[in-house]
Amino acid sequence: MRWIVRKTVLSVITLFCAVTITFFLYRVIPGNPVDLMINYYLSLGYSYEEALSRVLMMVPFVPTAPLHEQYVDFLKGVLRGDLGYSFTLAQPITRILGYAIPWTVFSVSISLVISFLLGIMMGMYIAYKRGSLLDKIISFYSSITTAMPQNILGFFLIWSLAIQLGWFPKELGPYGPRVDPSKFNLEFITSVLRHAALPILTYVLTSMGSWILMMKSSTISVLGEYYVTAAEARGLKDRRIVTTYVGRNAVLPLFTRFAISLGFMFGGALLIENLFLYPGIGRYLTIGISMRDYPLVTGCFLITSVATVLGNLLADLLYSRLDPRIRFE
Amino acid sequence: MISRKSGQFKRLTYAFKVFRRKPTSMAGLIIVVFFTLMALIGPFFFPLDIRAYPAKRYLPPSWQHPLGTDPYGRDVLMQIINGSRDALLIAALTGLVTIFIATVIGVSSGILGGLFDEVLMRITEIFLILPQYPLLLLIAAILPAGRELTLFEVSLIIGIVQWPGTARAIRSQVLAIRERPFIEAARCLNLGSLHIIFREIIPNLTPYLVMNFFLALTGGIYSQVILFSLGILRFTSINWGVMINIAMGESALINPKAWIYLFSPIVCIVLLQTGLVLISSALEEVFNPRLRTEE
Repeated sequence: MRWIVRKTVLSVITLFCAVTITFFLYRVIPGNPVDLMINYYLSLGYSYEEALSRVLMMVPFVPTAPLHEQYVDFLKGVLRGDLGYSFTLAQPITRILGYAIPWTVFSVSISLVISFLLGIMMGMYIAYKRGSLLDKIISFYSSITTAMPQNILGFFLIWSLAIQLGWFPKELGPYGPRVDPSKFNLEFITSVLRHAALPILTYVLTSMGSWILMMKSSTISVLGEYYVTAAEARGLKDRRIVTTYVGRNAVLPLFTRFAISLGFMFGGALLIENLFLYPGIGRYLTIGISMRDYPLVTGCFLITSVATVLGNLLADLLYSRLDPRIRFE
Repeated sequence: MISRKSGQFKRLTYAFKVFRRKPTSMAGLIIVVFFTLMALIGPFFFPLDIRAYPAKRYLPPSWQHPLGTDPYGRDVLMQIINGSRDALLIAALTGLVTIFIATVIGVSSGILGGLFDEVLMRITEIFLILPQYPLLLLIAAILPAGRELTLFEVSLIIGIVQWPGTARAIRSQVLAIRERPFIEAARCLNLGSLHIIFREIIPNLTPYLVMNFFLALTGGIYSQVILFSLGILRFTSINWGVMINIAMGESALINPKAWIYLFSPIVCIVLLQTGLVLISSALEEVFNPRLRTEE
């Protein structure tokens, strides 16, 4: 129980750090975005008061107040869910996030589940066949892809599968240009699925490798355990040993990583979303940066941090439930 | 002293033997040496020329332009060669920054232990939990405040974001070394903690640091590709990530003439990362003989 309390406290502190780092970059360092925004309006010919009132609309604190008051206001704003106002998109940040999150969660959750399942199956298979040619090829593939930026593979896939072979739509974006997104009909759904196929394929092919490697080493270490030998000695069927004795124990440590990845999911796949012009969190983060729309940038960063922290907490709780040994450490 | 020198030499030849035994490790070594030479001497033969030649837009490959030209009429091969310098320089500096921070934190935390260790590891954990690449983008977007960053500053930002995993790994390695008998012997001889750290622990840690350095290099390439290809950092010079960014801005994917321009930096990044990964896994085998299962 103490262990869980400790992890929860750590999560709260981490969130607090994320907010503080954001505020620090946002307001404290010289040449910070809020000053830049004020200067921008001054350069347009507004008076100082007008410039200030425009910036006031976009951020949840008063830029002229003492720094600690600004910090407290910022903290309060974040807790209330008031992340400010985007001036390039002319919308509250929370509304933009509300639009972006479903796209990110839709594409990344499917990718995550597929790559996890494929990864544990292939990882376990090559652990049994270790030393074989297939093991060498798959292990090589896995270690290489973990170092590849995801858009690198994405370029090859778009070029070969969409442009040369024409299997997937050539135009980028979440759905085709002639589809009406306000009507939730069959045409819309098929268009969305067709457009999501390549981003998902890219994500699966690049992230599968780390699952394969983790599952392989986990399986190899379980195979050396005495209870596996004992199960073999008792003459149990191979299938049963593979699933209930080896598989279940080997996959245990991977569930933690899976829960962490669930949290990272909300950060979206930065490179993939930008390559495929997919309107997820990662895409809006980049849009915010290139437009110098800092409230949008901080909003995207904060929502990502909250999600990853919750994912980590979930991982810890899950692990202590799945593996009781950890609680007595 | 002589025995120590020859010991190091022996270790080097031994490392080379392990590299030679496996063709993939050798391939990795050749790739990385090739790109290093390209970065070191290439720019002398192909000096950087970033002026635009509108008449030479998207020329196909020829003897004069082996990889054709880009949308501004500049030679692609010249850009690839000059870009390798930035790519490797940022990667190397990132590697050094990462290893430096990670070693200072990992070693001090592992040796001092107690409350100090507890606090440092909590801080490391917090950095590990924070989303790495969004944090990188946030810092890179806001910190420059409109001006162009130097290569070292870019490396510093990437290093600050990617040290925590390495620090943790180094700490657990230090904990393992600390329990070995020769440390106990040094303690009994009352050699002092400075001697133990710099004369006993660091030398035994070096192979592990070298391996992690190569891992940090791949991280450095990965992060700079993100920063430059998404156009997060302002950068007037040419490097591979910037080339991808320009190509995408010119919608190179749907323009068959631009394919060579788009895929040249991509192929280089794939090759270099492959080489670095192969080297770090080969080094892992050198330092951890248990992994060599084939023989």
